[in-house]
Amino acid sequence: MTAEETVVKELVEKFPFFAEKIRTQRARRLWADVPAEQFEAVAHHLFEKMGFTMLCSITGLDEGATFGLLYHFGQPSGMMIGLKISIPREKPEWKTFISMFPGSELYEREIADLYGVRFEGLPAGLRYPLPDDWPDNEFPLRKDWKPKHAVATAAPAAEVKS
Amino acid sequence: MSKITIPIGPQHPALKEPASFKITLNGEEIYSMDMRLGYNHRGIEKACEERSYIQGLYLIERICGICSHSHSTAYIQALEELAGLQVPKRGLYIRTLIAELERIHSHLLWLGVAAHEVGFDTLLMYTWRDRELVMDHLAEIGGNRVNYAVNTFGGVRRDLTPDEIAHILKDVDTLEERTKYYAQVATEESTLIARLSKVGVMSKTEAETLGAVGPTARACGVDRDVRRDDPYAAYGDVQFKVCVDDHCDVYGRVLVRVGELFESYNIIRQLLKNLPEGPIAVKSPRRIAAGEVFSRYEAPRGEDCHYVKSNGTDKPERVKIRAPTLANWRAVRKMIEGNYLADAPIIIAAIDPCFSCTDRAIELVRPAGGEVLTWDQLRRHGIEWHRQQGLDFAALNKKLNSHMGRVK
Repeated sequence: MTAEETVVKELVEKFPFFAEKIRTQRARRLWADVPAEQFEAVAHHLFEKMGFTMLCSITGLDEGATFGLLYHFGQPSGMMIGLKISIPREKPEWKTFISMFPGSELYEREIADLYGVRFEGLPAGLRYPLPDDWPDNEFPLRKDWKPKHAVATAAPAAEVKS
Repeated sequence: MSKITIPIGPQHPALKEPASFKITLNGEEIYSMDMRLGYNHRGIEKACEERSYIQGLYLIERICGICSHSHSTAYIQALEELAGLQVPKRGLYIRTLIAELERIHSHLLWLGVAAHEVGFDTLLMYTWRDRELVMDHLAEIGGNRVNYAVNTFGGVRRDLTPDEIAHILKDVDTLEERTKYYAQVATEESTLIARLSKVGVMSKTEAETLGAVGPTARACGVDRDVRRDDPYAAYGDVQFKVCVDDHCDVYGRVLVRVGELFESYNIIRQLLKNLPEGPIAVKSPRRIAAGEVFSRYEAPRGEDCHYVKSNGTDKPERVKIRAPTLANWRAVRKMIEGNYLADAPIIIAAIDPCFSCTDRAIELVRPAGGEVLTWDQLRRHGIEWHRQQGLDFAALNKKLNSHMGRVK
C-alpha cells in the first residue's frame, strides 16, 4: 500500500463521508472537499493522530455563490492534503484556527482583508495587508471587484506569443 | 517600572524594507511586539488573474529582489504540472543550478547583513565581495543580476556552454575556500558567538506550532527541507545533507546557513558533472485545462508555496502565493519577547526577511580623469593607506597571533 493509500484509508475509516471523495493527484498530493461542520474534527484528527502538523497556507477562492477556503496541511514527510470548505457568500463567516495553528493568524487576516470573510475568535489586531485607509466593503480578490480607477494594464492577450 | 511603547518603521534606518513594529518595553527588555505589514502589497495575485500565464511569470519573478528564481520556479512548475508537460532533464538541471546559485548569493548576503547588525562590518565586506562571484554567473547565464528570467513555461530559456560550466566550477572552489573561513569565524570567533548565543530563542515545539520555515526552523531542530521531503526539479538526482542545528537561537541560524552554503557547492558540482545532453525546453500550450496544483519550493528563506487554479482559458482562475517570510513573522513575535531592545534588529534580520536588491553595477562607468583599479591594486592601496595612518596590519597580525598563543 502506498503512503497516499494509507492516508486515504485511515481518513475514510474515521470519517465515512470521505468514501470515494479523496482525490489522489500524484505522489504526496491529496485533495478533498469537507463539509464545513466536519472541518474542525477532520483537522484535529489530521493534526493529533496523523502527523499533519504543518499548515502550509490557507487559500481564499471566489466560487460565485460561495467562498472556498482551501487549507493545505502537510506531514514532515512531504505528504500534503488540501481540504476545502465552502461558506455562503451572503454570510461569509468562519472560525479562526489560531488555537491549533497559531501561525494561521496572518493567513486569516489576509483572507479577511481580501475576501471579506469574518473569522470568529480572531482577536482584534492590526489588519493585513491592505492600507489603514482602505474603504470599507471593498474586497479586491472577489471576482466582481474592479479597481475604481483602472490604469492601463498589460497588452491584450491576443498580442502575446506563447 | 512603567511600560513604554516605541514605534520602529515603516521607514527606519535599521530596517531594509518597510514594516512597522510597535515594541513595548519594560525597561530595556522587550515585553511584547506588534507589527504592521503589507506596505509592499502590490496586488500581484489579482493582477495574475488578468494576465496570460506567461505574463504572470514575469510579474511573479518580480515579487522578490533576492529570490526571484524561487517564485518563478514555484509558479512555473505548477503550470507545467497542470498542463502535463515533461520538462527535459537538462532544463531541470539548469533550473536547479540557478536555484542553488541563488541560495548561495542569498545566504552570503544574509551573512553580511547579520554581521552588520551586530557591528561586525568586516565580515559584511568579505561576504558581499565574495557574493559578487555568484552574481556575475547569474548575470552571465540570465543576462541580469536580480531577475535572471531563466525559467519559461516548459523549461528554461538559457543553455550553458562548456566555458561557463568550467568557470562556475572554478568559482565554486573559490567560494568553498572562503566559506571554510566563515565557518571558522562562526565557530571560533568568541565575540560573535557570545553576541548571538541565547538571542532570539525559540524552542523546537514553538517553531513547529508557529509555522516557522526554512533555516529559521531548521536552527531549532526542525528537520524539514522541501528539496528532500517533496523533491522537485532535479533534487531527486542529487545527494545532499539537510542542515539542522539545535542551538535554537540566532547563532544556530548562522550555523545552518553556513552549512547550507557547503551543501549548495556540493549540489552544483553534482549537477554540472552529470548534466544531461539534450533540449532545455518543450513547447508549451497557451490554454490550460481546468485543474489545480499546489507547488512547493525550498527558497533560501524556507518553504515557498504557490497554488494555481486553471479554468481552461489562457489566464489563471487563481494564483495564491505563500512566501516563506509570511510564515516566519509569527515566530519573530515569539523570538523577540524577553530580549533586549538592542537585540531587536538582529532577531528580525535572523529570519532573513525579504528586501529588494536592485542595484546593478556590472559595468563601471569611468568618470573623466578617474582611474579603475583591479582588486589587487585596491587591496594594496587600502593597506598602504592604513600604514600611512599609522596602522600596520602585518605587525597587528603578529601581535594578535602571539596574544592568542598561535605560532606563525
